[in-house]
Amino acid sequence: MTAILETRDLCMSFGALAVTQNVNLALEPGARHALIGPNGAGKTTLVNQLTGVLRPSSGAVLLDGEDITRLAADRRVQRGLARTFQINSLFPHLTPLEAVTAAIHERERATTGVVMRCLRGVSRNRVQLDEGQALLATLGLERDADTPTHELAYGRQRVLEIALALAAKPRVLLLDEPAAGIPEGESDELFAVLDTLPADIAILLIEHDMGLVFRFATRITVLVGGAELVTGTPRDIAADPRVREVYLGQGVH
Amino acid sequence: MSLLKRSDHPLARRERWKLGEIVFWVAIAAVYFVFPKSLVLASQILIAGLFALSLDLILGYAGIVTLGHAAYFGVGAYAAGLLAKHGWTEPVSGLFIAALASALVGWLSSFLVLRGGDLARLMTTLGIAALLYELANRASPITGGVDGLQGVEIAKVLGVFGFDLYGRTAFGYTLVVVFALFVVARAWVNSPYGLSLRAIRENPVRARAVGVPLHRRLVTVYIVSAAFAGVAGALLTQTTQFVALDVLSFQRSANLLIMLIIGGTATLYGGFVGAAIFMLVQNQLASINPTYWLFYLGLLLIVITLFLRRGVVGGLLIARERWFLKRAAR
Repeated sequence: MTAILETRDLCMSFGALAVTQNVNLALEPGARHALIGPNGAGKTTLVNQLTGVLRPSSGAVLLDGEDITRLAADRRVQRGLARTFQINSLFPHLTPLEAVTAAIHERERATTGVVMRCLRGVSRNRVQLDEGQALLATLGLERDADTPTHELAYGRQRVLEIALALAAKPRVLLLDEPAAGIPEGESDELFAVLDTLPADIAILLIEHDMGLVFRFATRITVLVGGAELVTGTPRDIAADPRVREVYLGQGVH
Repeated sequence: MSLLKRSDHPLARRERWKLGEIVFWVAIAAVYFVFPKSLVLASQILIAGLFALSLDLILGYAGIVTLGHAAYFGVGAYAAGLLAKHGWTEPVSGLFIAALASALVGWLSSFLVLRGGDLARLMTTLGIAALLYELANRASPITGGVDGLQGVEIAKVLGVFGFDLYGRTAFGYTLVVVFALFVVARAWVNSPYGLSLRAIRENPVRARAVGVPLHRRLVTVYIVSAAFAGVAGALLTQTTQFVALDVLSFQRSANLLIMLIIGGTATLYGGFVGAAIFMLVQNQLASINPTYWLFYLGLLLIVITLFLRRGVVGGLLIARERWFLKRAAR
């Protein structure tokens, strides 16, 4: 099967510091791929290169075979590459419904008329509003739909991060530490959400919560010092002595 | 799946025309009959309100700060004036052409303005307005320089209503134009497009990550804002049949900011309320004490920014919300 998201010899350095070194990743459609590694391994830097926040020094990012290395962040979203953020990055004074509806409108802007987009009220564009409602409902956020985001509990905001990314109907979804800030052992609710994500979306999960990683992923890449250490099934990774060494004292289970 | 009762939904409620809004516009129209001697001042307040609305579009809704919005007001004012002086006296088409001229200047300057951060924007907008001011000053054979552009003659509106000394036509004409543009602006900020502007103001990085073409949106809103400012400037020219050099002055940009902050940003009405307060206070204070009125204006500004963070209209909206919550709690 051909990869939907691929990197070719991706490199990036800040001055003399190489934060990404010849990374070659490949995600197939519907993949459940995890990217792990100790702090400072360059995981978020890699996500930022994939999504267009940072520009790689060399190498290429391919989405469905097309080179998107030089494409702006919003254009990549349009092509079906969405992400969430490690630290909540939401719209504090917008409600969840407004936020996801805004994302849905952006996705559909090529097909909606100027009048609908520029002069017709948000509440009167019912198709998009209904879709937003339905999306929030599938993630268990329907009761929070009209509460300003900054008033929501932290865990709800984490789920809204995912809802916002899903609103773009992505083919590839990058989850940057979705469980960040959620106490260890309380990630069950989040796992339930991850478990219901559409099977045809390829997902790259970056996460420190190993319980979550090993329940979720079918393939795992270990990143150390900006370079790929090893890629394999959860069983391979758990048994790999090099990985044990890297995580010494951090307990891979 | 029908999860919401449409008409009760908070989004639908926000978009609906409220009683207060209808009262607001009816009250303004009533000025024509109640204060027939103050129509000139009333027209100027409406024009300043439209100008403040244009600022609200970029500052309140898109978060772009500026200290030089008079640039677009001035371009509109001179465009309308020069057209009329050289024989194009029909007012409505004059407004359109003035709006286009301001939009063009807005588009050209957007490349400079939207580049940097807030501080850079304050400086580039200030600089552009200063450049245009000096340009108009030096080009006195065309613009009249410090003496102003004279000999502006405007034909009857729709070929029927001639501009009179009491400002009756001026007021009616201004009110219709301002209201029409207000309706457009209102629909725009409540539309999906306006929603994306709010998203940009709240969190530009995330807005991009949900697919909002950030730069393009900001350029568009900047152009529209410039066009609105241009219409305001053109209205001033047409209703006073004169263009003073100070249409491009820094003082005008600064006063504009004061009006909007007094009235409240991102409320649509803040600009009009702020313009009315500013100009009435200026009028009253200046007649009581022509030298020191700025002192009281400064005091008013400090009190409002410290105690009414969202301006007069924002304060009223918060008070209304509290009242509803209290009633619901009972």
